[in-house]
Amino acid sequence: MAGPVLAVDNLATHFFTRDGVVKSVDGVSFEVKPGEVLGLVGESGSGKSVTGFSILGLIDPPGRIVGGSIQLNGEELVGRSESEMRKVRGKSLAMIFQDPMMTLNPVLRIDTQMIEAVLAHDAVSEKAARARAAEALGMVGIPAPEERLFAYPHQFSGGMRQRVAIAIALLHRPSLIIADEPTTALDVTIQSQILAEVQRICAESGTALVWITHDLAVVAGLADRVAVMYAGRIVEQGGVDDVLDRPCHPYTQGLIGSVPGAHPAGARLHAIPGSTPSLKHLPQGCAFAPRCTRADAACAVAPPITMNQGRAYRCFHPAAQAGASA
Amino acid sequence: MLAFILRRLMQAVFVVVAMVVLVFFGTYVIGDPVWMMVPGDATIEQVGEVRRTFGFDQPVYVQFLHFLGDVVRGEFGRSYVHGTSAIALILARMPATMELAFAALILAVVIGLPLGLFAGLKPEHPAARAIMAGSILGFSLPTFWVGLMLIMLFSVMLGWLPATGRGPVVSIFGLETSMLSLDGWRHLLLPALNLALLKISLVIRLTRSGTREAALQDYVKFARAKGLSQSRIVGVHILKNILIPIVTVLGLEFGSLVAFSVVTESIFAWPGMGKLLLEAIQRLDRPLIVAYVMVVVLLFVTINLIVDILYSALDPRVRLSESEA
Amino acid sequence: MSEVAALPPPESAFGRFARRFIEDRVALIGLGLLVVVILVALLAPWIAPQNPYDLASVDVMDSRQPPGSHAGEGFTMWLGSDGVGRDLLSGILYGLRISLTVGIVSGVLAASLGLMLGLLAAYAGGRTETLIMRVVDLQLALPSVLVALILVALLGKGVDKIILALVVVQWAYYARTVRASALVERRKEYVEAARSLGLSHARTMLRHILPNCLAPVIVIATVQTAHAISLEATLSFLGVGLPQTEPSLGVLIANGFQYMLSGKYWISFFPGLALLVTIVAINLVGDRLRDVLNPRLER
Repeated sequence: MAGPVLAVDNLATHFFTRDGVVKSVDGVSFEVKPGEVLGLVGESGSGKSVTGFSILGLIDPPGRIVGGSIQLNGEELVGRSESEMRKVRGKSLAMIFQDPMMTLNPVLRIDTQMIEAVLAHDAVSEKAARARAAEALGMVGIPAPEERLFAYPHQFSGGMRQRVAIAIALLHRPSLIIADEPTTALDVTIQSQILAEVQRICAESGTALVWITHDLAVVAGLADRVAVMYAGRIVEQGGVDDVLDRPCHPYTQGLIGSVPGAHPAGARLHAIPGSTPSLKHLPQGCAFAPRCTRADAACAVAPPITMNQGRAYRCFHPAAQAGASA
Repeated sequence: MLAFILRRLMQAVFVVVAMVVLVFFGTYVIGDPVWMMVPGDATIEQVGEVRRTFGFDQPVYVQFLHFLGDVVRGEFGRSYVHGTSAIALILARMPATMELAFAALILAVVIGLPLGLFAGLKPEHPAARAIMAGSILGFSLPTFWVGLMLIMLFSVMLGWLPATGRGPVVSIFGLETSMLSLDGWRHLLLPALNLALLKISLVIRLTRSGTREAALQDYVKFARAKGLSQSRIVGVHILKNILIPIVTVLGLEFGSLVAFSVVTESIFAWPGMGKLLLEAIQRLDRPLIVAYVMVVVLLFVTINLIVDILYSALDPRVRLSESEA
Repeated sequence: MSEVAALPPPESAFGRFARRFIEDRVALIGLGLLVVVILVALLAPWIAPQNPYDLASVDVMDSRQPPGSHAGEGFTMWLGSDGVGRDLLSGILYGLRISLTVGIVSGVLAASLGLMLGLLAAYAGGRTETLIMRVVDLQLALPSVLVALILVALLGKGVDKIILALVVVQWAYYARTVRASALVERRKEYVEAARSLGLSHARTMLRHILPNCLAPVIVIATVQTAHAISLEATLSFLGVGLPQTEPSLGVLIANGFQYMLSGKYWISFFPGLALLVTIVAINLVGDRLRDVLNPRLER
């Protein structure tokens, strides 16, 4: 069996701001196998996007990766120089951003932005690069790609722009794509189209995917496995059906409880009491304890990771026994 | 696009008309216009004679219409000092001023853009802080004093460059220029640098803030995620975005360069229309002053108009919203 | 990133402003320089070695002496003397008084005029606003040095005329700024509340809108005062500003110009340096004020 495409181990990314250290990512570990789709779920500020950017080495000062390891196809990425990282970015490791209106340079034509991406890694003629760009556009379902190459970004709709961004990510057939909430800014109908498209392409090309989102519904339809982040840590991960049907961590349970549609019509939605803690002033011990109904004296110590039949969680008082049949 | 140009044209016409009215009231109504027509030692009879001849005993609106007619014909009377047509004098000196302003503009971009880019990309670097301190100094330095110091340093103490005057002028394609000979450049360098000083600071600040803003944009991060080199990101993605506002501002600043050339020209004895204006002010040569004001206002309005149209042509976003509107 | 901010200890608005201001060392230096400049200008009659207006104390034999020479009267002329034998340091101290006075008086007048017209434009709206803003646009479209030059050409020399010209070229900046922030304030709820309480227009404007527009006006005022001082010096240097009887720094520099080509640099150099220090000090303070008072930049 081939090793994982991506192995993140005990990753810590901190931001050294004037007002103190923000531990955006603090001890995150997960793996992604070839062709697998991992859903990375959490509220805004939970550190899921920072995790994504850390993998690409796109953390800017005052942020810094302070510890841990990130291995892509068995090669260590942490500690690489900028020029060594550049060889990986866009080549074997690509990223799709949240807001398609902002990711394409507004004053450059689509062809400029696609051809430069091809030429950044392959020494081919501009003509060949253009052909590849057109091919990639066709692959993501943009009609008349040769003509559309001459357009400026503002001549596309949001959904079309995101397709262009996906096409750019696919140019070098990467082994892993990190998608940072790529459908959040889009209409619901466009959202499902894009989801279906990405799922199809990844399945066809065997590309692994880390899909960062706050939307459990998206994860349920798309991911093979899911990792739930809270306050810079992964509090629970496992197979997607396992976790969504039988959440162990009270936070996961709360997240699922607050999704409309998971309940019979007319039933009350359960909001998690309290709000996300400031990452500058994290409580000692379990970060979720102040909002948790199950918290007790034991939770004043940070819970270690409990491994249990393919599930991993950080809780002293798991809501459900992993693996127990429903 | 056509509607946009027409609208801008209307605004330009409004500015010119407003200026004509202001100049009329400034010179004809506040001051007694007769003194523009007669020599300083004229007798009372001569003054009365002129008053009747030129119709200054008539109602204001009639006089205004006369003035308007003169403006349309480009006729501002004869300079007292030179005895020739005021407008012709101004136009004859215009190429020298244009050359100076143009050279200053080039210097501002050549010096300011790289410094601003650096300061924007590495805001914490000591050199970047030095550049920004320098740009505050550049804003604070009084132009005329810097001119004096340049002369003192490079002409009096070091003796490298001539202190005053313009180099040999040749005419090429109908344009008079002194930029084709080494001696011409030696004469041009100091005044151009003096005139450019403020604009260098301006370009540094614009470039820096534009770069800082652009560097934070998602499209730069996405460009990095594509694996592009830093030089490609800065040289294409960032530069192309910040160039549009910089070009626009610089275009608009060209007019202020022409205005400030009054100071520089008088220090470096540069034979442009600014120096001519100052001499006219000192000798109360009013026809010359009026002619200068009208020429400069027309120049300003034309430049603003061209820059606005160019701007909309340069920026694909503006281009589109205009064509959709 | 959403986070619960720790409650800062209660602090007065001014205390908070002062604390933020002095965080920047460069701005602090600027403020220190500015205080020194204003103090020496105020105290000129007591600290200057010589009264440059008192012709009895000026000796033509002392003219164009280099820095450090001894005057006939016995004191040392640390910065040398000018073309007619006046001690340059004394000339600069007295010149600073004139330059600062012209700059500040014109600044205050322009600010008052601009404030009134800007508020009026924002509050009255309609034709009044269009008219005022058209004039503002026209004014701002033309470079101030040119407008001032033409004005003094028409008006003639003198302190009052220079001040008038400087007011004319400055007021539009204030008017534009005040109108912009007044428009923002106007839409806010407390203005509605004040109006619904039946307060008069004038009262609403002066007591409620005006105080909230002051921050940008203070920033503009520093920049514009520096600009006015520089502009007066420029006009005086060009010989169309203040007369020789009111020797501001610009007049002093102009007087030294003719001697410069023969290497007697100090007559122009030191007054220019004083001018530069003054303007830099004001600009440094202004830069910091803009950073501190601009809520958009607060982090």
